[in-house]
Amino acid sequence: MTIDAPPAATARGAGPALQPTLAELSRPGRGGGKVPHPPSDALDGIPTELRRASPLGLPELNEPAVIRHFVNLSQLNYSVDAGFYPLGSCTMKFNPKVNEWAARLHGFTQLHPLSPDQLAQGTLELMFDLQSELAEIGGMTAVSLQPAAGAQGELTGILMIRAYHQARGDDDRRDVIVPDSSHGTNPATASMAGARTVTVRSAPDGGVDLEVLRRALGPTTAAVMLTNPSTLGLFERRIEALLEAVHQAGALAYMDGANMNAVLGRFRPGDAGFDVMHLNLHKTFSTPHGGGGPGAGPVACADRLAAYLPGPLVVRDEAGYRLERPGERPTAIGRVRAYQGNVGVLVRAYAYLRAHGAAGLREVSEDAVLAANYLRARIGEGYQLPFGGPCKHEFVASASALRRDTGVRTLDVAKRLIDHGFHPPTIYFPLIVDECLLIEPTETESVDTLDAFAEAMLAIAREAYEDPDRVKAAPSSAPVRRLDEASAARQPRLRWSSAR
Amino acid sequence: MLGALGIDSVDVLFEDIPAAMRARDLDLPDALTELELAARLSELASRNRVDLDSFLGAGVYHHYIPAAVDQIVSRGEFYTAYTPYQPEISQGTLQTIYEYQSLIAELTGLPVVSASHYDGAAATAEAALMAVRATGRERILASRAIHRQYLDVTRTYLGDATLRLDELPTGPDGVTDLAALETALLSDAGPVAGVILGQPNAFGVLESMTDAAGLAHRAGALFIAVIEPISLAVLSTPGEYGADICAGEGQPLGIAPQYGGPYLGILATTEALMRQIPGRLVGETRDLDGRRAFVMTLRAREQDIRREKAASNICTNQALCALAATTYLATIGPHGLRDVAALGAARARELERALEAVGAPRIHAGSYLNEFCVRVPHAQQVHQALLDRGILAGLPLARWYPDDAQLSDGLLVCATETTTLGQIERFAATLREVMA
Amino acid sequence: MDVPDDLHYTPDHEWLRRAGDEGTIGITAYAADELGDVVFVELPKTGGRLESGSVFGTIESVKTASDLYAPVTGEVTAVNDALSSTPELVNSDPYGEGWMIRVRLDDGSAVDALEDAAAYRTRIGG
Repeated sequence: MTIDAPPAATARGAGPALQPTLAELSRPGRGGGKVPHPPSDALDGIPTELRRASPLGLPELNEPAVIRHFVNLSQLNYSVDAGFYPLGSCTMKFNPKVNEWAARLHGFTQLHPLSPDQLAQGTLELMFDLQSELAEIGGMTAVSLQPAAGAQGELTGILMIRAYHQARGDDDRRDVIVPDSSHGTNPATASMAGARTVTVRSAPDGGVDLEVLRRALGPTTAAVMLTNPSTLGLFERRIEALLEAVHQAGALAYMDGANMNAVLGRFRPGDAGFDVMHLNLHKTFSTPHGGGGPGAGPVACADRLAAYLPGPLVVRDEAGYRLERPGERPTAIGRVRAYQGNVGVLVRAYAYLRAHGAAGLREVSEDAVLAANYLRARIGEGYQLPFGGPCKHEFVASASALRRDTGVRTLDVAKRLIDHGFHPPTIYFPLIVDECLLIEPTETESVDTLDAFAEAMLAIAREAYEDPDRVKAAPSSAPVRRLDEASAARQPRLRWSSAR
Repeated sequence: MLGALGIDSVDVLFEDIPAAMRARDLDLPDALTELELAARLSELASRNRVDLDSFLGAGVYHHYIPAAVDQIVSRGEFYTAYTPYQPEISQGTLQTIYEYQSLIAELTGLPVVSASHYDGAAATAEAALMAVRATGRERILASRAIHRQYLDVTRTYLGDATLRLDELPTGPDGVTDLAALETALLSDAGPVAGVILGQPNAFGVLESMTDAAGLAHRAGALFIAVIEPISLAVLSTPGEYGADICAGEGQPLGIAPQYGGPYLGILATTEALMRQIPGRLVGETRDLDGRRAFVMTLRAREQDIRREKAASNICTNQALCALAATTYLATIGPHGLRDVAALGAARARELERALEAVGAPRIHAGSYLNEFCVRVPHAQQVHQALLDRGILAGLPLARWYPDDAQLSDGLLVCATETTTLGQIERFAATLREVMA
Repeated sequence: MDVPDDLHYTPDHEWLRRAGDEGTIGITAYAADELGDVVFVELPKTGGRLESGSVFGTIESVKTASDLYAPVTGEVTAVNDALSSTPELVNSDPYGEGWMIRVRLDDGSAVDALEDAAAYRTRIGG
């Protein structure tokens, strides 16, 4: 079977054409009327040598042109609001609209971050409650809402672990152990924190190899960073023995909580013995990804690390809610953000939590795991499944047989999915699986959508045998065809040439 | 779906969790319907007090945000998309990032701009680490007159025992002591990787950036400017005064204060340091049919490829905030941006006159743009008394500079284009009343 | 995959061509093919010292980045500046115009410790 046109049910419709840049749309004299003109002597207090000498070559456009420009650009994007986005490890679930409404309430948006506590009681209460609820979900003692993203949460956690060891005079612990299946942020975080990364090979079943880990652990190990469920979508079955080995070696256990959406109400990392973790509010708690951000990566920790959490935390006393004062908790590792964190994102996550409650959250994970196992079974009809089931919220498939038999690679399958109206899954990650596809359907998709996606994947596999060149030429229905990424990197053009 | 999998309960799919580790029921508040949730959130929002006349800035500013900005960033096509890893179906996001990079390059005079960092403080910390990598040196000098929180975050990021941050003092005029900078550059505490100054600085005062950059360069150090983007419509740019890196808070460009974020960390540098900059970059290229298109590029610096050798661990950034800034700059235009900067300066001048007239003179003599420090006896009590009368009288400096006698009675106040003459008059009159 | 008989090889896919007390160094056709389109090569400065087995540069393609390891100990006498503007020479002519650095060997016999073409062919499964 060959596909001549994407099936109507999943087609995104004809998008608009590529757009000129703002600079190309600029016409001298356009725009204006947004703010009053200043008096002519407004800048007399500024010495000439401190003033801008070069002309300000920003584009000049009127409002209709600006709106059309960005609306037309927006329609070149694929988005969760428009279709299925099974990007593994990214959790592209639906973003409830009431959360967006709430985050835009005037009382939330207009609050200055250095406002005295008495002016900020609404947001402070929200943050206090969110700290408590995230601690409950993680089985942890305390939470800092400051980190802006998972990676910043990781850095925060590793710096806390270092502070813990140093406070005990244990200064030689500078190694951070990560499995080879880990997110790239884990080793990058270790380096950023001045630690040395030790990578350990995974066992054939995809889990951490206990013996390899034991050999890697020692008196210089500061921490082990584990993702559980792992980046392969598997629950770490040897978790008890692993954590015991880590603690026996005097090291602490960091959990990359990127995949908590699989185990809400089923598994609490703190109960299991993890010392510190981050939660990705933009994954598990449905805050939108924004085309790359902003997210939020709160850090939750067990009792022994609570003293080192970055400040200020939100606390409650007789007068109400307040931020910790400068110097109030001198053991804190310091700030990781200028202010209190991505509060607008926290509002959305809080709304999500309150809309679900304990039973609702558990259902979120159940539905996400059920959807992934269902889709896994269907995709297995045409692709390799390198690891046994059941999976958690996502699963790994491989196009290795397709590549061997037809020359069609995972990249080609991904690009051909675009012609079927779907966003491709994550590809070539984790790095340890050949021709890897990491597929995460999330709980917010219907079985009809899962079936349509499975049919598309299987159709592409058949097409690879019948007409491989057609698959390799995909996508043919997107606004652009494949791009010359090599030229872009060899001679980087990172901005339009100045109007000067 | 259960039937298709041949199981009768979803519990089967969770049997891989060791029995001893299965969680008890979570203790969380009961679920709310959307109506109840909306009421709860409205109630919380209304408990914040945002109705005061505010003269508080200190790095985050109340500016007018044209209505177009929220219309654009509220489009699901933008905010419900992921990082543009599949360029064929992400040209919207990719082109707007390219436009953001171009606009910030124009504003700052530095050609290489990252797609965004978490906030101005994190961008400053990344700039410091960049200087360490680029020079192979391990010591940073930072003026004490960059925002206190930026110093704190930079210190946290430099946490490694081998890296060190030394603060440069300021003189009575509120600007960084350049003689002290010269001495510190030559001291035997080790060669300096980077020198960080703010423009305007944390006291609102304008620094001699050209001189500071010259001193840094003579010692083989990089010069890092912490900037406020709207001021660059009228102030000399980092490119003009020879900065190697500039970092700053992009919040003034169409992003609401939101009690601290999400904001926009601006980070820009020279061509020479292009491969040292952390964070995503978008470049122009062609597709197979020769059409112009945009793609993430120089990816080998990033964590998903380079792992422990990456320039930074940053992955998720603040892309939607960069879109807000792009829309803001496109809507306001070059003349509008200059008007915003100049009108803020004019209002600040009015504010200075009004406060001086009631006995609250400026502390520093140096020139300023739209923010400055005034001396008010018993500043903290006065600040509280004004708060009770509906006025947020800037930032009491004693909280951030407890050991500085010159600042112990200081308030840092600002004006922007949104500040009205009526608000200024009321502030001055109420201050007179409170002080009396 | 082309593995010229007259060169010496490392397990990390560098090659060395010896001429008197000098050696020219690059990466093999196999390595260039595995990397894909090379977009950037970072090399040391002329006059710098290399220690055998240490990292002397990095090479980036669109999808990956790798360190370059010195096959021998010595002093860098020349660097292929053409790679800064046309790194794709590493793909198109890995043993010719895609060379990277020239080194004056501290000890000419050090090349004897490197693999010959036959051993390298076995290593890459060719």
